[in-house]
Amino acid sequence: MSPLLEVKNLRIELTTRDGVAPVIDDLSFTLNPGETMSFVGESGCGKSMTALALMGLLPEKVGRVAAGNIIFDGEDLSQASDERLRAIRGNEISMIFQEPMTSLNPVFTIGEQIAEVLRAHQGLSRKAAWAQSIELLNAVRIPNAKSRVSDYPFQMSGGQRQRAMIAMALACQPKILIADEPTTALDVTVQAQIFDLLTDLRKQTGAAIILITHDMGAVAEMAERMIVMYAGRKAELGPVDQIIEHPRHPYTKGLIECVPHIQSDPSLERHDLVEVPGIVPSLREFGKDQCLFASRCAYLTEACLASRPTEKLFANGQSADCWHAEGL
Amino acid sequence: MSDLLKVENLTVRFEVKRGGGWNKKSYLYAVDDVSFTVKKGETLAIVGESGSGKTTAALAVARLVKAYSGKVALAGEDILQKEAEALRQTRQKVQFIFQDPYSSLNPRKRAEAIVREPLDSLSRKSEDEKTKIVDDLFEAVGLRPEQQRLFPHQFSGGQRQRIGIARALATQPELIICDEPVSALDVAVQAQILNLLRKLQKDFGLTYLFISHDLGVVQHMSDSIAVMYMGKVVEHADRLSLFQTPRHPYTQALLSAVPTVDRAKRAQQKRILIPGDAPDPVNLPAGCRFANRCPAAQAICQTVEPELKSDTNGHRTACHLV
Amino acid sequence: MTRPVIHEEETPEAQHPFTEAWGMFRKNKSAVAALGLLALITFGAIFGPYLYPTDPFEMVWMPFSPPGQEGFLLGTDYLGRDLLAMIINGAKVSLMIGLSAAVMTVFIGVTVGALAGFYRGIVEEVLMRITEFFQVLPTLLFSMVLVALFGASLPMITFAIGIVSWTAVARITRSEFLRIRELEYVMASRASGASNLNLMFGVILPNALPPIIVQSALMVGSAILFEAGLSFLGLTDPNVVSWGQIIGSNRQYILDAGYTVTIPGVAIFVTVLAISLVGDGLNDALNPKLRQR
Repeated sequence: MSPLLEVKNLRIELTTRDGVAPVIDDLSFTLNPGETMSFVGESGCGKSMTALALMGLLPEKVGRVAAGNIIFDGEDLSQASDERLRAIRGNEISMIFQEPMTSLNPVFTIGEQIAEVLRAHQGLSRKAAWAQSIELLNAVRIPNAKSRVSDYPFQMSGGQRQRAMIAMALACQPKILIADEPTTALDVTVQAQIFDLLTDLRKQTGAAIILITHDMGAVAEMAERMIVMYAGRKAELGPVDQIIEHPRHPYTKGLIECVPHIQSDPSLERHDLVEVPGIVPSLREFGKDQCLFASRCAYLTEACLASRPTEKLFANGQSADCWHAEGL
Repeated sequence: MSDLLKVENLTVRFEVKRGGGWNKKSYLYAVDDVSFTVKKGETLAIVGESGSGKTTAALAVARLVKAYSGKVALAGEDILQKEAEALRQTRQKVQFIFQDPYSSLNPRKRAEAIVREPLDSLSRKSEDEKTKIVDDLFEAVGLRPEQQRLFPHQFSGGQRQRIGIARALATQPELIICDEPVSALDVAVQAQILNLLRKLQKDFGLTYLFISHDLGVVQHMSDSIAVMYMGKVVEHADRLSLFQTPRHPYTQALLSAVPTVDRAKRAQQKRILIPGDAPDPVNLPAGCRFANRCPAAQAICQTVEPELKSDTNGHRTACHLV
Repeated sequence: MTRPVIHEEETPEAQHPFTEAWGMFRKNKSAVAALGLLALITFGAIFGPYLYPTDPFEMVWMPFSPPGQEGFLLGTDYLGRDLLAMIINGAKVSLMIGLSAAVMTVFIGVTVGALAGFYRGIVEEVLMRITEFFQVLPTLLFSMVLVALFGASLPMITFAIGIVSWTAVARITRSEFLRIRELEYVMASRASGASNLNLMFGVILPNALPPIIVQSALMVGSAILFEAGLSFLGLTDPNVVSWGQIIGSNRQYILDAGYTVTIPGVAIFVTVLAISLVGDGLNDALNPKLRQR
């Protein structure tokens, strides 16, 4: 099976006050049709930037693709014209955001906004687009869709708004759905509903999902493969179950262990959480020829500071960019 | 151990304007007839989703929003009745750690002045003593002395939360209320703050009222737990009892909804989906507030509001079916 | 979508917010130039009368002598008075009135806005109705009535200008207070036992200042214009010179000796423009949203 999306040696540079920083540095991965892949990391690690690059939505004048290719369905998006990207955006690749309140336009009804997408990309008539909007709201399980379709965003709850966003994103049956922290602003019980919905919709439509999150639990429940990002670089990539079972990068290990997960046996003694000391380095540090995680790492050796770690491949499909990956 | 904080029948309501005519007042009961206790040196966690009233309850205990009725007794004294000088004394004993380290520090003040503020307003110590206390606090929360001169925007989120913790400790309070102290922080930084809070509790014998929506954090931090839904406590039990035998259908759904990396746990546990949304908090239904989403709802749940009843072990549940 | 966060690892310099704001201000070239010009004008207003000690009321030469003749750089007006001396002495009055009216505006506006925004409820209702009352008054007419009734002294003119223009400051202050009072650090100060007075003026006001400062800078400009308007209509203290008054008293001869009104007109225009540009620069420097870029 040929991959749906292939990102090769992608480098994205961001111009800041302190100069040019590679916010994405030599990133390669593939996404297969119908697969769910997760991007994990702290804020400032380049998860969202990758998504924006895929959408052709890098901040104008500030960010640019400096090297590498984004090959989607045989077409290199990094070379595509603005017009072509517009045609792809919302049609073949679409995106849902963290805060559904700010990503929906408050002065139009939900129906109008979904119909607008359909009319723009699929050339449907006004009437057909409206009918299709109701269908879509039904599909995302908004009760009483026929009347809710003329609601304004503020008349809906947070969970319903996120459903409406999903309906809009799926309107043109995209091949890839990028979900950027889709449930961070929502309650857990609503998050469970949204995850359930996304899983079902993926089965029905066959769309591949890129799930951007900081929650390892969500990754474990939703995704087949994951990429751990740190300071604009790939730290680890591979099947979710394998990585959670045996992380090969100290950062991945830290991300899994620093969170107090619900224990199946709460009577066990509670130990201190494993800390990942310090914070993500500043953009000035990005791009240095060393391991950028070194300052926070418990396995630090001189090799880590001498040069950037190379990718180590493992038989189970896991790969980690760490000098000590084999020993972990 | 003895109860440090005893909250009885606490109610907080807000006036809301709803269309239709002048002078038509409706009330939103954000906290409705809530009772709980916190033992000295322990941590009570209040868990709930947005709109459950957990933060409002905490603010009312700290006298930061006005309670409509009820009693909040700290070491036997009702603090809701205190005014003026007595209120100042109370404020020394109850301190607050806020959720958002980006908005909870005054951007125009240096870190040192922020930590010192409660001392300046509340205690009668000499300047030298205050300086000594601030120095010690910076050390206790893991900040360097030279960082005292910095302004909030020069700190990272985790460091800012450390300043917030130092400020809360300044007057040596008996009760510290932590309102979602880590939910605004990056995951890797959360662990640092949670470990610090546990260490401080051990070192200084602190009592925490810990507000959170994150059940993993709650399981890690608390000794007992109160689960709130729509302004009501629906379940209140010690940690083991609640996590091993959750009784209220809402608690069960909440626990099952948390995604986990534990593959065994995922396999053994069926996720209970609760459909729909919470009811309108201004026009509450007659019966149980959870009835419209409850997978086990019966006829009685639609009409009679269940009371919070205790079993022999002190595990309290507000559900007709328990 | 999360913005990329720029983290600092090492301990940064303890930079005061004002130092930082000045750094931003300096980037706005036209504002810096305007600030320099304004400094020059202020210098002229204060020391000009000593450096060029001609009495502005003395008739020194023939009327309507055009600029540059007989050693009178800006010429003479319809009574033969030295226009340069008048402009120099007028600068002081115009700037003084502009400044003191702005101070008064800020004082009333901030007090009303702070009380309304902090206490809400009935206090806010009453104060904002009063504010609206002053907003709907025909400002020029009302101040004319005041000056006509109580005499055209400088304090009275200042008062008349101040009393009709404080509403904008009050509204801005109130909206800032409404926003900031809900922030957690205000709550934190309350939990630390801060008094209401301290909360209002020690905690909230310093954080509400940026837009108030910008607004009051612009207020100086509009007060100068207002004064010019009043004195053009003859409602001014006849014992002092101001730019507006020069225009007003020479207006009949605008066709024969255009320079007598053009020169003070240009003075007003340049000063107000400079103040606006400085206000613009302050806005850049103090607006935290712009600072992120």
